[in-house]
Amino acid sequence: MGERKRNPWRGDFPILGTEVKGKPLVYLDNAATTQKPQVVLDRLFEFFARENANIHRGVYYLSVQATDAYDQARARVADFLNAAMPQEIVFVRGTTEAVNLVARSFAGPRLRPGDEILVTIMEHHANFVPWQLLAEETGAVLKVAPISDAGELELDAFENLFSQRTRIAAFTHVSNSLGTINPVAEMTRMAKSRGVPVVIDGAQAVGHGPVDVQAIGCDFYAFSGHKLFGPYGAGVLYGRKELLDAMPPYQTGGDMIESVSIEKTTFREAPERFEAGTPNISGAIGLAAAIEYLEKTGWKSIRAHEEDLLAYATAKIGAVPGLRIVGTAPEKVGVVSFVIDGVHPHDVGTVLDTEGVCIRAGHHCTMPLMRRLGISGTARASLSFYNTKEDIDDLVTALGKVVSIFGNAGG
Amino acid sequence: MDDLSELYQDIILDHYRHPRHAGELDPCTGKAEGFNPLCGDKVTVYVRKDDGKIGAVTFVGEGCAISQASASIMTSQVEGMSASEFAEKLEEVKRMLTAEEEPEADLSVQGDLAALAGVRQFPARIKCATLAWHALEEALEGGT
Repeated sequence: MGERKRNPWRGDFPILGTEVKGKPLVYLDNAATTQKPQVVLDRLFEFFARENANIHRGVYYLSVQATDAYDQARARVADFLNAAMPQEIVFVRGTTEAVNLVARSFAGPRLRPGDEILVTIMEHHANFVPWQLLAEETGAVLKVAPISDAGELELDAFENLFSQRTRIAAFTHVSNSLGTINPVAEMTRMAKSRGVPVVIDGAQAVGHGPVDVQAIGCDFYAFSGHKLFGPYGAGVLYGRKELLDAMPPYQTGGDMIESVSIEKTTFREAPERFEAGTPNISGAIGLAAAIEYLEKTGWKSIRAHEEDLLAYATAKIGAVPGLRIVGTAPEKVGVVSFVIDGVHPHDVGTVLDTEGVCIRAGHHCTMPLMRRLGISGTARASLSFYNTKEDIDDLVTALGKVVSIFGNAGG
Repeated sequence: MDDLSELYQDIILDHYRHPRHAGELDPCTGKAEGFNPLCGDKVTVYVRKDDGKIGAVTFVGEGCAISQASASIMTSQVEGMSASEFAEKLEEVKRMLTAEEEPEADLSVQGDLAALAGVRQFPARIKCATLAWHALEEALEGGT
């Protein structure tokens, strides 16, 4: 257990000390969701135990306090993304809602038949289906940028897909299935130099380091708090203030209005305009606690550990007989997707599960990508800074069991 | 036998590697596709009814060992059954897969079907095991 004990962060995450079916939990599904540190759980408990009140109802102390905490959470997220101001941060449920919001409120009204929406083939369904549907509804055309067999975006082809009719470009920062880090700043420059607005799906990027939306130059950036060690149901849409203020509301109701009469309703500015109803107050506060924890921990050491671990995992997993790693881009986060000859990913997942090893198996909500790669799915181990080489060793041992079960079947 | 060796016993792996009754059936009286959008398992079942009984049944599929082996086992067992006999068999399979207690799976009575009993220890995989069965149920309804 030496290596697990030496990892300075594991002790911060209560779940990592638990067992599954009598075996120590080996959690390698961080791309699906990350575990939560004690400080986030404490913050949630504290909020509900001592501070809970609805916000923006500020005649009493408790509500003022809750409103303050919610505002501070917004400011902390703005800092994390290096947004120009907290008002550029809209709290939503998650990446999916953020993308849908941009598709409906920003892109929809600008699209005419024959206009073009540019995405890539490696998009998660959350950044693919909303655009596909919008294209169908408006008569716009969905253009899909290709990748290489290694899982890298073909940048020239991406650039060549821009035309006079391109109205929006939406692409992922990091591929959830392959781990590929896209050159988002360069891609954004290609779009912006042609006057095309940019939406970035940051769901898989944020857990691996802070993002600078101003350096990237994008117009919108979306992520989910639960992939950043925070609670479920609290996600973020960053949008440039002038764009947000010009967009029609996505949902309507309380808290987002300026004035309502029988004849007419006027709306508040961003971000409140997009936060109809009581928002996920505790979720936002918990997310802020997670970001604070990560900043204290230090992104530099987190990244160094993850890079070291990815190199180790790639070598060890890649050496399993009959196994092929899917996604071998030089720029990757800690995601190792793989297929094993003659074994379906779900069977891999089930065997690993009996060893306490949690991985994801399937198409990872990227069916167009799987089709491009000529496979129905992969098994995917995704790493975080609390993982250790011992976790990888346990995974590889369990993979040995897969090979021994399926290797003897005379296939 | 531990849970895992019970799940992936030789009978299952053999049906997975060497599926019986694989391929399309032409002519057929009914066909239906079973698809699990969560995991991508896919099975298309073809059936030809003969005098109200299952005269012939085949499948084409892609997916995990459990879904494909279950399809293969099913096609080996249901020929000659009437629709109501098949419905009874389907209920028996569902009971076996969801039983709280260790089901009485007996190879001599149930044949290879008994090998599917191990799935009950893996609730996430029950849908894989029932995929082909529900497809055949649908194919029988659709046919003449």
